Amino acid sequence: MLYAILCYHDEAVVGAWSKDEDDNVMAKLAVVHGKLAAQGRLGPVARLLPTTAATTLRKDDPPVVLDGPFAETKEQLLGFYVVEAENLDGALEIAQDLGRANPGGAYEIRPIGVFHGAFQP
Amino acid sequence: MTDVAWIDAALTSARPQALGALLRYFRDLDTAEEAYQNACLRALKTWPQNGPPRDAAAWLIMVGRNTGIDDIRRGKRQQPLPDDDHAISDLDDAESEIADRLDGSQYRDDILRLLFICCHPQLPATQQIALALRIVSGLTVKQIARAFLVSEAAMEQRITRAKAAIAKNKVPFEAPGAPERSERLAAVAAMLYLVFNEGYSAGGESADLRAPLCEEAIRLARLLLKLFPAEPEIMGLAALMLLQYARSAARFDADGAAILLEDQDRALWNGKMIAEGLALIDKAMRHRRTGAYQIQAAIAALHARAARPEDTDWAQIELLYGSLEILQPSPVITLNRSVAVSKVRGPQAALDMIAPLASKLANYFYFFGAQGAYLNQLGRHDEARESFNRAIALANTPAEADHIRRHIDRLEDDSKVKVV
Repeated sequence: MLYAILCYHDEAVVGAWSKDEDDNVMAKLAVVHGKLAAQGRLGPVARLLPTTAATTLRKDDPPVVLDGPFAETKEQLLGFYVVEAENLDGALEIAQDLGRANPGGAYEIRPIGVFHGAFQP
Repeated sequence: MTDVAWIDAALTSARPQALGALLRYFRDLDTAEEAYQNACLRALKTWPQNGPPRDAAAWLIMVGRNTGIDDIRRGKRQQPLPDDDHAISDLDDAESEIADRLDGSQYRDDILRLLFICCHPQLPATQQIALALRIVSGLTVKQIARAFLVSEAAMEQRITRAKAAIAKNKVPFEAPGAPERSERLAAVAAMLYLVFNEGYSAGGESADLRAPLCEEAIRLARLLLKLFPAEPEIMGLAALMLLQYARSAARFDADGAAILLEDQDRALWNGKMIAEGLALIDKAMRHRRTGAYQIQAAIAALHARAARPEDTDWAQIELLYGSLEILQPSPVITLNRSVAVSKVRGPQAALDMIAPLASKLANYFYFFGAQGAYLNQLGRHDEARESFNRAIALANTPAEADHIRRHIDRLEDDSKVKVV
């Protein structure tokens, strides 16, 4: 089963990290990424640019284009993973590993239903 | 367990909101700042035990209020107690209540008021910047003094004077109306631009000291953009800073000498910042409401998009400088446009273009640097040397002077080749 692990965190907090703090978190995450990749379970990984760079298209007719992200919430979607896991327990285990490397915020684990192309980690 | 780095980042990011709200409440900069600092101390003690609060800013505002009120009660400050509210005892309830009451627009106006007070039009620019960095960013006086290359005592005095001037002038604390808001926004944007330039124009040897100014300006620009997500000029300002700062690792060599844009190692440019800057300027342009920051960002974007110097779209850059000249007529902008002109139509055209500026820019380092470069390209080496010598005399930093000296060295080499 494929799972999307969506990374939510308070963007203001992540944005206040110094470059050293940021590098430190990324280095810790790289260790977890390396482990998953070696097991052939890591799909695309993305860190999103800040929500200030986002644009939203409301699918009205005619469509409405708005500045900023879709949701006005305290925590924003800041990135995501696609991973291969046996079941939800396996996906949660991966998310816990990631969470130890990058504390704070929350992960949303969503099974992926339909996707295009073969999964080739 | 709460990560110490997380607490640190949470305090930094909550600072403008919390301090802004405390300032609205106490109406006094010093009281608000002290209250905020006390709240931070409490946070450092209690968050590691109890875990982080649901809304860090709301927590700090409430605890700050309570400690500030206690201070006033104990007679530390000769100031009347704010009348609308009293100290709140039950932390959990009050925190969620305050978080609910402080909706987005309240936060926005508090932060804007805080920024606006720091860039009070009656303060000289250096005091505005110093105060904003002290109050909004929370940099220490020592850090700010180092960035501005002045003594700590001198900077302390500058900040104290700025605070005194603000206390003396009546500063409006009411929620700003729409016209005030847009007026303030422009003043705040200009102040952030100054902070950024202060950091950006540093010579190589002090780049480490001033980088925090650039990073702080970018952080505050992103904050402004969150408050005003549909303002194209704020998008432009943030894009401009990101695109310029993305090049910082390539701007100076190991000796601290400046490296020209066309000689920079583009692999050292920060790709993530460039991507963000490009996304922002793309978005801004869709609004079709041009402004000076957007045009400058668009120029920086054309440089950033060129994989090699020879891929640069100079014709488009010249057009953009043309629009900037119309928007903000200035000899310095014309001088910048002449660089694009020299690339598109050759050095003679550029030289003709800057000739009328000679009297206005008689004390401007870059004028003689550019003039020397055009003359050099035309093979008029003696005149070029004369321009370069004048540039050196006007150089503001050793790095600038060094840079021109290299041009002269190259001149010497050229003439030697000719003699042989």
